[in-house]
Amino acid sequence: MDETPVLELKGITKRFPGIVANDHVDFTLGRNEVHALLGENGAGKSTLMNVLYGLYQPDEGEIYVKGERVKISSPKDAIDLGIGMVHQHFMLIPVMTVAENIVLANEPKQAGVLLDYTAARRRVEDLSRTFSFAIDPGARIDSLTVGQQQRVEILKALYRHADILILDEPTAVLTPQESQELFETLRTLVREGLSIIFISHKLNEVLDIADRITVLRRGRRIETIPRAGATQSGLARLMVGREVLLRVEKKPAEPGEPLLVVEDLTVKNDRGLEAVRGVSLEVRAGEIVGIAGVDGNGQSELIDGVTALQGLESGRVIVAGRDVTRSSTRQVISAGLGHIPEDRHLRGLVLDFTLAENLALEDYREPPDSRFGWLFPRRLIARARTLIREFDVRGGGPSTRAAALSGGNQQKVVIAREVHRDPRVLLAAQPTRGLDIGAVEFVHRRLVEERDEGRAVLLISLELEEILSLSDRILVMYEGEIVAEYGPDVSEEELGLAMTGGVREEVVA
Amino acid sequence: MSDLSGETPEAPEPTPEGTIPSVAARLALYQRAGGFIVPLITTVFAFFIGGLVVLVVTHKNPISTYKAIFNGTGLNWFFPWISHSERVTAAFNLQATLILTTALILTGLAVAFAFRCGLFNIGGQGQYNLGAIVAVLVASSWTGMPGVPHILLSIVLGALAGALLAGFAGLLKATVGAHEVITTIMLNWIVFWLAGYLFGIGGPAQSSTQASVPVSNEIAPNTHLHVFWGNPILQGLHIGFFIAIGALVAYWIILNRTTLGFEVRAVGFNPEAARYAGISVAKNYFLAMAIAGVCAGLAGAIDVLGWKFRVGVDDVQGSSIGFIGIAVALLGRNTAVGVFFSALLFGALVNGTSTRNLDPNIFQPELASNLTLMIQGLVLLFVGADVIVIYFWRTRGKLAFWRRSEPAG
Repeated sequence: MDETPVLELKGITKRFPGIVANDHVDFTLGRNEVHALLGENGAGKSTLMNVLYGLYQPDEGEIYVKGERVKISSPKDAIDLGIGMVHQHFMLIPVMTVAENIVLANEPKQAGVLLDYTAARRRVEDLSRTFSFAIDPGARIDSLTVGQQQRVEILKALYRHADILILDEPTAVLTPQESQELFETLRTLVREGLSIIFISHKLNEVLDIADRITVLRRGRRIETIPRAGATQSGLARLMVGREVLLRVEKKPAEPGEPLLVVEDLTVKNDRGLEAVRGVSLEVRAGEIVGIAGVDGNGQSELIDGVTALQGLESGRVIVAGRDVTRSSTRQVISAGLGHIPEDRHLRGLVLDFTLAENLALEDYREPPDSRFGWLFPRRLIARARTLIREFDVRGGGPSTRAAALSGGNQQKVVIAREVHRDPRVLLAAQPTRGLDIGAVEFVHRRLVEERDEGRAVLLISLELEEILSLSDRILVMYEGEIVAEYGPDVSEEELGLAMTGGVREEVVA
Repeated sequence: MSDLSGETPEAPEPTPEGTIPSVAARLALYQRAGGFIVPLITTVFAFFIGGLVVLVVTHKNPISTYKAIFNGTGLNWFFPWISHSERVTAAFNLQATLILTTALILTGLAVAFAFRCGLFNIGGQGQYNLGAIVAVLVASSWTGMPGVPHILLSIVLGALAGALLAGFAGLLKATVGAHEVITTIMLNWIVFWLAGYLFGIGGPAQSSTQASVPVSNEIAPNTHLHVFWGNPILQGLHIGFFIAIGALVAYWIILNRTTLGFEVRAVGFNPEAARYAGISVAKNYFLAMAIAGVCAGLAGAIDVLGWKFRVGVDDVQGSSIGFIGIAVALLGRNTAVGVFFSALLFGALVNGTSTRNLDPNIFQPELASNLTLMIQGLVLLFVGADVIVIYFWRTRGKLAFWRRSEPAG
């Protein structure tokens, strides 16, 4: 790292109307280095990398590759300079093979026009051997796992002789195990002479893989620090600009009477298979019950069953003492259930509606919003104004379209809508997916506050950390059944084992 | 949560998140401007290319052709400088144009309302025809009834018939998921042949006085709608025009000022989110289609009571007013004001190119009505392509003011 850096960005400035996405950002990448670029959504990480990859032209600043000043005006220039980028969304053709995808746009040819499949295969095999990638060049992309597809993307860059690799949020689509495999791969690549820029907003990963960490905030470089001595809380403070509580502070739960009772619930999924099989659970007032599990083990169907979005095969659901087993979704809601749905874009919000309309999505039929079917838009707006203030929704007013807000603020709108109705039971499904640290902190604190208000909170999340830091009791769901129950102090390993069916035989009675 | 400090990542000033609304607001402004300008450009384009065709096919000056068409629409009635005799002709033509506009507003609303609920109602034609059939059956029976209740009964039953037909398609969509485009087209054909059966030679409702003509009985004279402008014999403008204007107002009010409209729009934008919030998507599919059917059925009934007075098999099987309604809704962007103006445009076009209004020296009569079809087709084509127009509209703004690209940081 003492020699000439392989890459140096000096004073890069990129302006968009109304914002400075990058404000005189300096960045250097040493040989054989993994340099993490850390920042929240919108901090300017992607803009900086798009400048480097030739997708944007900087308004000011200079780029040096291996000591030479260069101008990168297109991705082709970047590739020619040995810069490869693995995007968050893969750019692969699913029906073609690994080898075909890798050589695409740069195919070895036979007689000038024909694609030389054997040569393509051989070169891909050579590459994967060099970097010890276990990938079959003849496999079709759509038969690979996400982690394998990502390796194909990396191979694609290597095939084009990249020695600087940009990875844009590479772990966002991976399971924890796949992430670990990716890190192994990256370490191999660095040993083989590559330099890597690793974009992320996940602190633990950055500390795991990076040699140095550059933190961006609001378009500015805040600091570049070596990994040694860096801590999660220190990085979080740099990223957000203030102290962040990574672990929610909460008092021990004081559970009261059971508010949500689910008895022997069986629900079929879209394909007619039993996705939830005889699940019984109870959530009491003033406690957060977390449901942990690998995606696709019946969590979504459990929610659908409880909220009457899906008919039940058998079982009973009781919300705040009222049997809502054969009710409509609307009746379940008015019985006292608030639901923060899994996907705020698809299910939580009508993006083309204004905030006022979104906030009224469950109230519009009742006074004062409406009377005898006549709607009063002014009252919608007035209430929205109050809620926007109370829940600190930023970036728009009552008449702003929901689509215009950032993810964190959109989620605040959903939470505001569900909480202000004063539900007895609050169902939160993946409430922080895709949110920034600051917004995650808000959501977590709010959920604990709702618990302390005496609501029964059922939290369903794929993130173990979230389950562990919020829950007072943890249930593990595996293949449609509750296979284990733990207190809040269970270890991550034990939970992980249960999530993969490890304790199935000794079901808690 | 007011206790979050001003330094949260979502602080408004310099973060991209904070400025996204303003960018979006600008885009929304384009869209609003585009919402009015884009249909206009679309129309001008269609006329321009139509003019080129006129030039190529007839070797006549397209401007004089368009002038003749324009005078044929009667819209020159609004010009203060025309002579008295011109004004008499113009008034006559304008009345005919507005009679067509009346029906087109309603068939346009039939498409637009369904659209707002996320449904594509291709069945406006069938709903219109069924409305006309029911209205003519009612208005030609019970001839002893007093005029006003008889008129109301005919109109209400005609509208209801349209509602039932469209509502059936909505019901199929809501219950078994049958696509409304397919079902409404099929229902169109059912009505098509129903008319052939009822009013065809020897049919059960065929005219009792003209045994050799495939047509219904005449409606009772006291069920004719009152003509408030022009001569009833020469078919002046009847009060059905005000029903159509009323329907436009009702359309706006239902959508924006009722809980029903709130639900319909929520389902139209995002049925999943609506379902999660406890709104019944099935109920709204049914209601939106039924209300769409009311509009189209109303159009059929009003046409019968206003100027047709009877329904022939050819009238039903040759009519395309329901299909033009699709163009009206698309060009009018499903807004009340937009539907009014595009209905007026198409009404004027159909009337202005009808053979009786064109000087054969300027335009061959056999080409005239085809020009309407052509311009309709071109407008639809350009409406379908309005994404491109919007794209250019936005690019123009970008190039002129900022030469920018989208922030992605």
